[in-house]
Amino acid sequence: MKNTIICRCADITLEDINNLLSSGVTEIEEIKRFTRLGMGPCQGRTCMQLIQRIVANHNGVSIDQIKMHTSRPPVTGVKLNQISRGARNDNES
Amino acid sequence: MIMKANIVIVGGGVSGCAIAYNLAKKGVKDIIVLDKSYLTSGATGRCGAGVRQQWGTEMNCRIAKASIEFFEGANEELQYDGDIEFKQEGYLLVASTEKENKQFEKNVELQNKVGIDSRKITLEEAKEIVPYLNTEKLIGAAFCPTDGHLNPFLLTDAYFKAAKRLGVKFYMNQEVTDIEVIDGKVNKVITNDFEIETDVVVNAAGGYSKDVGEMVGVDIPVFSENHEILVTEPIEKTQGPMVMSFSLNIYCQQTPHGSFIMGRGDKEKTPGYNIESTWKFLDRMADTVVGLLPPIGNLRVVRQWGGLYNITPDKQPIYGKCEVEGFYLAVGFSGHGFMFAPMTGLLIAEQILGEENTIDISKLSIDRFKKGELYLEPSVV
Repeated sequence: MKNTIICRCADITLEDINNLLSSGVTEIEEIKRFTRLGMGPCQGRTCMQLIQRIVANHNGVSIDQIKMHTSRPPVTGVKLNQISRGARNDNES
Repeated sequence: MIMKANIVIVGGGVSGCAIAYNLAKKGVKDIIVLDKSYLTSGATGRCGAGVRQQWGTEMNCRIAKASIEFFEGANEELQYDGDIEFKQEGYLLVASTEKENKQFEKNVELQNKVGIDSRKITLEEAKEIVPYLNTEKLIGAAFCPTDGHLNPFLLTDAYFKAAKRLGVKFYMNQEVTDIEVIDGKVNKVITNDFEIETDVVVNAAGGYSKDVGEMVGVDIPVFSENHEILVTEPIEKTQGPMVMSFSLNIYCQQTPHGSFIMGRGDKEKTPGYNIESTWKFLDRMADTVVGLLPPIGNLRVVRQWGGLYNITPDKQPIYGKCEVEGFYLAVGFSGHGFMFAPMTGLLIAEQILGEENTIDISKLSIDRFKKGELYLEPSVV
């Protein structure tokens, strides 16, 4: 479990998650906040389904009963320079 | 189900957890903390994670200074099994108008008077602290080296665990739907699943504090407003202090983890509970930060979000008793509840137990609005 990486952006292992779950944490949103899981460049697009299954198994419920984390914009990483230039173009037109 | 408690705290943010911890530490038993969602789900978990002492009112300065002193030893005091990620590399405040620059002078004088180690500095000195700062549109600056950054989730977790060890009970996903008052006294807290008989209720409900006040018929002069933030991908350590300007409407800091967190206010927002992310924020934030800190423009935004400021007319918190007996307020932090949490916890616990307050907060009671004795905090983004 030590060598099983669940969140590749933040290097969170299965062991890290199991430790949190056994300490009483029950929600994905909490795991995210304590470990930065899902907060990296991929924004949970690789790890969220894995973590959903792990939490479901731990809580002994089916996967559709586990609330996913909130998806937040932007969809993919965008440089601040590009946004700033875009905003200026919008203002000029 | 009917339960009993000595004290019920509404709100599982950092303020509620700090109040619970301080009460339990002073020996109070049967304390219950309620939150309608998970721990830190409200404003605490959505804040900019900065902690500063550079304020413009004496009360804010004193509370902030004592809170910073607490953070310095918080891991030990709370016997935390993690690290709250406290970093003291200062807040660099920059002024782009004469008015703001003059305000900094006044503020620094006040801050020095209460023992805060802030100072007015030149733009050359500012550039020594943050070499890539674009000083073109700037006039002056102020710096306080002991201000900094702290992880809101982990500080709350530290308070939560310490309070739990002292016997405090936490019920998450329990929304308070009503509070019963009999003969002007708090009697019972009703949630979606149970009822708790109690003589003391603390309103630490952050963005929802006005609603909780209405449950006991107290009209709290606060409103809530969405303030947005974004965070970039992490990079190697580049920037020590928080860079902040009230006139330019920006704060921007690199966290110990490497990402840059930045935010700004929006005067055109309508009060309410909407915390959606907007394009307008992203556009303006990007434009402001690229102008002031040009190299940051090369970083990618990975996420943006919003959270509620709970704002009072003078931008200072409301602390303590009100006309309903047993109902205590720890509300209206106006965007700085996280950084004041250690003192909020201590001061409210002292008030509830009838002890003399470590800092005299009589000026921060709700009565000040009726009397019209307001001391406006000028330095808020």
